[in-house]
Amino acid sequence: MIKLQLPVSEEAIRELKIGDEVVISGLMVTARDAAHKYIHENWPDWLNPIMENSMIYHCGPVVKQHDDGSWSFVAAGPTTSIREEPYEASVMEHYKVRAVIGKGGMGAQTLAGLAKSGGVYLHAIGGLAASLAKSVVKVKDVYMLEELGVPEAFWHIEVKDFPAVVTMDSHGGSLHTTIKAQSDEVAKKLIFG
Amino acid sequence: MFKYDEKVLKDQLLELVRLAATDLPVDVVDAIKAAQQNEPEGSAARSVFGMLLKNIDLARDESTPICQDTGTNIYLIHIPAGVSMLKLTALIKEATAEAVDKSYLRPNAVDSITGKNSGNNIGGGQPFIHFEEWDKDYIEFKLMLKGGGCENVSTQYKLPDVGLGAGRDLDGVYKVIVDAVNAAQGLGCAPGILGIGIGGDRTSSHLAAKTQLFRKITDTNANPELAELEAKLKDDLNKLGIGPMGFGGNTTVLAVKMGALHRLPASFFVSIAYMCWAYRRHSMILKDGGEVTYD
Repeated sequence: MIKLQLPVSEEAIRELKIGDEVVISGLMVTARDAAHKYIHENWPDWLNPIMENSMIYHCGPVVKQHDDGSWSFVAAGPTTSIREEPYEASVMEHYKVRAVIGKGGMGAQTLAGLAKSGGVYLHAIGGLAASLAKSVVKVKDVYMLEELGVPEAFWHIEVKDFPAVVTMDSHGGSLHTTIKAQSDEVAKKLIFG
Repeated sequence: MFKYDEKVLKDQLLELVRLAATDLPVDVVDAIKAAQQNEPEGSAARSVFGMLLKNIDLARDESTPICQDTGTNIYLIHIPAGVSMLKLTALIKEATAEAVDKSYLRPNAVDSITGKNSGNNIGGGQPFIHFEEWDKDYIEFKLMLKGGGCENVSTQYKLPDVGLGAGRDLDGVYKVIVDAVNAAQGLGCAPGILGIGIGGDRTSSHLAAKTQLFRKITDTNANPELAELEAKLKDDLNKLGIGPMGFGGNTTVLAVKMGALHRLPASFFVSIAYMCWAYRRHSMILKDGGEVTYD
């Protein structure tokens, strides 16, 4: 088990390889479909300090607002990452993001981007919402809640011992490609005999 | 005249939503436990199943959603003659909005034109409610929460499919299902449960596929040919090696459930409703007078 403390250096990230299990602590930000579209249309500067050497979590949480106005996460598992494929490589390079956390893996463009700008793809467990919400120890802030709605807003969160597995690394490795190649072979035999 | 107190029924429906979102049914938990035992000690797959089981317990104990994507809320309701569907629909909507307030449900409905979240999961076709009249003297509410990740890998084929060599028979049906599950990989939050609709038109075929998902994992298809095909598909799909989350492993599907409709001579649709491992469904029986039981 490798412990990653955010902010994290490009060097530390480049040491990671597919199959490594990690636990993450520190500040990261959620961003999913509408947020990525917004970034690509605006490239806002206010995201620089939030994203640099940090991580993007593909997550649309269930949240609860307390009487004093503060928020907490009630359910917060990963959402499917591949929908951000058109955006992610350039977002990571622009803001020096060191990892995206999501589920299902991403495509060739992101894999090439990870090698170029120094990043990894971290797979969280889909549907692990109650447990993962427990590792979000604080909601520091929320951006664009009104415009994007609860699931799609930028939630700036502090996590402690958030578990994930490296499934795409900065050396061109992708667990998703390996598993797909194996299952393609079996499927071919089952279908064509 | 079927009698119930509206305010009480609204609270009973809210409890149904809470159960569906936070309490995974016993047959599903048992299937996940069995899958865990079927993976080698120390494997990523076994560790994933362990985490899933912990999460299931935590969600039930703390009454919080198992998955943050609380899904499309799909109701299948059977009513005796004379019960007002309008009234039941209004009460379900009220319970839904309250479930969002209580964080049992995520505000999960977006206006497709403006991009705005409705904030309360009401309107624009949400929640999805399907009524059927029956000859029994009680009302049955079946509720399933189906998330977007697994809905996105659900699909429909049209036979024959030349590329797959799939003809217009059960062997063709088998082939397109293998193709669909292989294409889905881990994206639908594997291991999945498949609801299959054979025949019908495009709409009824999809609905038949989804309706199959209301069956218990442990039941056996009344049609012997389909029962055999369900068992064969489950075995063969688990040879694909996709495993939980697509990390690799011995369990890619937990169950396959199939139903068939008559079709036009010109059409042969096969619809595949892929349900994630967080197979959230519960039901509630409402008797005349207002007494309820949950399953």
